[in-house]
Amino acid sequence: MVNLIWVFMAAGGIIFAMFNGTMTDVNEALFQTADDAVMLSISLMSVMIFWLGLMKIAEKAGLLDMLSRLFRPLIKRLFPDIPAEHPAMGYILSNISANLFGLGNAATPMGIKAMEEMKKLQPGSDEASRSMITFLAINTSSVTLIPTTVIAIRMKYESVAPTEIVATTIVATLISTLGAVLVDRFFYTLRERRAK
Amino acid sequence: MQWLTTVSTWMIPLLILLVLIVGTIKQVPTYETFVEGGKEGIKMAISLLPFLLGMMVAIAIFRASGAMESIVALFSPLLQLVGVPSEIVPLAMVRPISGTAALGMTTEIIGTHGPDSFLGRLASTMQGSTDTTLYIITVYFGAVGIKRMGDALKVGLIADFIGIIASIIVVSIVFGS
Repeated sequence: MVNLIWVFMAAGGIIFAMFNGTMTDVNEALFQTADDAVMLSISLMSVMIFWLGLMKIAEKAGLLDMLSRLFRPLIKRLFPDIPAEHPAMGYILSNISANLFGLGNAATPMGIKAMEEMKKLQPGSDEASRSMITFLAINTSSVTLIPTTVIAIRMKYESVAPTEIVATTIVATLISTLGAVLVDRFFYTLRERRAK
Repeated sequence: MQWLTTVSTWMIPLLILLVLIVGTIKQVPTYETFVEGGKEGIKMAISLLPFLLGMMVAIAIFRASGAMESIVALFSPLLQLVGVPSEIVPLAMVRPISGTAALGMTTEIIGTHGPDSFLGRLASTMQGSTDTTLYIITVYFGAVGIKRMGDALKVGLIADFIGIIASIIVVSIVFGS
């Protein structure tokens, strides 16, 4: 799937540019973006080193266990195939909590750690597991309580009430997350039926 | 609403403080543990680079060629029919594909129409309530070597779509169009 999308965008774009006369723009964007990607990786590195270092301390101090014990009932229902004591639970929870407070940067390393732990549950397989798909669905629907970046932009443009969108964002987020969980369940049931 | 801004500013430093204090009480070798965890961060960022670069370049080609614009133009009459302002269409289409591009568009909409306009509020809500599905899938699956992603993309994109529709409805109800 990702192969198709990737080729569709790259090849499709080049073919479109042939007829649209935008080949110069394509050339420019191509090399500019390759540069940007390297820069982004480097700037991600600082955040990842810091948060993964800190999270290692939190993990060894038993903070992740505490967090997962607190929310276990809810998370257990969402991820029925992860054992309750598994470290993946702790990372899933810290990822969701980081997203809640709009700490997108801190959420990424924890999300990757969660994926790593979930992968340990099915060694050797390169296929996404049920819990991985659920986790992605919750993540992409973005459970946000405080959209920090948006508030910052609104402040910059001198909004009368920069934070007035917090309430609408929370409601929209709740709807999309609930929708994501339902859609995920629906596709899971389909897969199960097909497997039978 | 001032407290929300205060909460956001205090959140991260307080979290760090909590981890360090609890770690010390539990007699974790804090500094050494931090360095150990940090090394994983370097490996992670390096292993992400090819995934990020590949995806970002493809998106850039698609955008720079004008193909994305044409697709947007194709869809906008349909959306205007149901009362969705066409200025929001590019943002809705780009949001699942590229986080930085979406943030750029949100900034542009807020700048052009004003943060307190209907479009400004809608763009703000949309930006906050959806996430970059393609980026998350690329980064999360790429980092742990998942190649067959099953229903992940479908589920993620439908979730984004629900978020976009929800933003339009909620903002229309709360702020009126």
